[in-house]
Amino acid sequence: MKLLVCPLNGPRPVSEFAYGGELRRMPDPETCSDREWSDYVFNRSGSPGIKYEWWCHIASGFWFIAQRDTARDLVLATYPAEAARAGLGVAAP
Amino acid sequence: MFTQHASLKAAYDVVIIGAGGHGLAAAYYLARDHGIRNVAVLEKGYIGGGNTGRNTTIIRSNYLTPEGVKFYDESVRLWQDLSTDFDLNLFYSTRGHFTLAHTDAAMRTMRWRAEVNKHYGVRSEAVDAAFVKRALPMIDMECGGHAPIVGALFHEPGAIARHDAVAWGYGRGADRRGVEIHQQTEVTGIRVQGGRVVGVETTRGSIATPKVLCAVAGYTPRILDMLDLHTPIYIHPLQAMVSEPVKPWLDPIIVSGSLHVYVSQTARGELVMGASLDPYELHQTRATLDFVEGLSAHMLDMFPFLGEVKVNRQWAGLSDMTPDFAPIMGLTPVEGFFLDAGWGTWGFKATPVCGKTMSHTVATGRNHPLIEGFTMERFAQYRLTGEKGAASVGH
Repeated sequence: MKLLVCPLNGPRPVSEFAYGGELRRMPDPETCSDREWSDYVFNRSGSPGIKYEWWCHIASGFWFIAQRDTARDLVLATYPAEAARAGLGVAAP
Repeated sequence: MFTQHASLKAAYDVVIIGAGGHGLAAAYYLARDHGIRNVAVLEKGYIGGGNTGRNTTIIRSNYLTPEGVKFYDESVRLWQDLSTDFDLNLFYSTRGHFTLAHTDAAMRTMRWRAEVNKHYGVRSEAVDAAFVKRALPMIDMECGGHAPIVGALFHEPGAIARHDAVAWGYGRGADRRGVEIHQQTEVTGIRVQGGRVVGVETTRGSIATPKVLCAVAGYTPRILDMLDLHTPIYIHPLQAMVSEPVKPWLDPIIVSGSLHVYVSQTARGELVMGASLDPYELHQTRATLDFVEGLSAHMLDMFPFLGEVKVNRQWAGLSDMTPDFAPIMGLTPVEGFFLDAGWGTWGFKATPVCGKTMSHTVATGRNHPLIEGFTMERFAQYRLTGEKGAASVGH
């Protein structure tokens, strides 16, 4: 069984979590073009690599960020979303 | 079965990336129907070693959108003559296909699909629980008590086929017509000048070509990165497993969306079983115990007498998923670069029609009418082709 370290609850089986997709910057919907908006809504970075992702511990409803290598199936770090916001320049791809 | 070519030529009229069913089918129809024979198919692994050899071999056309129904119906028609076409037995076996409904809401979708199907001449019927029980006397209609079967969508043309042979048949047919298949040849770059494809870089040297068709399923984003093209494609593994051979007892193909199961019995007697996608992005074909446990539990809900049957093998493939569960096919913003991708969990059944339509598109430079609902441009236009309701299971 694969374990994921929840920043709130500690190591838990991965089946207790929901994957929320990659952390992405939303363009300003008031000023961006239709094409920029569709790029944000639909397009994804599909290639393997180290990615910053939203995950949720379902039982406690706690959302956090995981840094994960999608080529090797390794979780490199997990931390609360606040830390990601504070250090957005560093953490965001 | 295939000619071994010592080296790549300096130039080809068309280069196809990926020697799976889709790539080889396109090569076959390019040579047979369009007379374009100076074609190279490049494969970084071996023929049919990707999702062509990893799927659960189900063929059906009981889709939800008119675009999907017309497209897959043409595929089923092509399937039925392929063994004769190839002079190779594909073990194409028409079984009938039940999509079980366990709720009234599911039954409503079955009626919707049946009506759309019948409108386009595809044989599908919404049937009641008694019909299901008559066709499948061995099934537990209560599914262990927690998901009673209330009816189904019955799709008479549903079939299975031997998947490896599909790649071999198309490959051999293309090979005999002069197409070169190069295995162990990985594409490392695509050369573009003035917005036009001019060549391909490989681990065995450079090739000049004006046309490239990309048919690489789970590896699509890596190829698109070479051209700085963006799509909604995301990659999740899809696992499957097969039991030891048992005497024939299951004739039709059974799908349950609520229980996340699809199962058929091969001519050898093995049960081939699949379920939902793995829940997160991953570019690995590793297998998990979670998957076997979950799928086995749901199999036993329907067929409790299988408790003593052993699972022989499990494996995974990389699914190139799209947000609307329809593929991404045809022309791209790079002239001479054609895409056959976004085949997620539904690509095997489409192999013949993809070969037909993509060969037409590559030969003429215009999208085949059957793939107009599947263009890359549909996302920027917010015109999706919503096919999720026809997915086998709730992925």
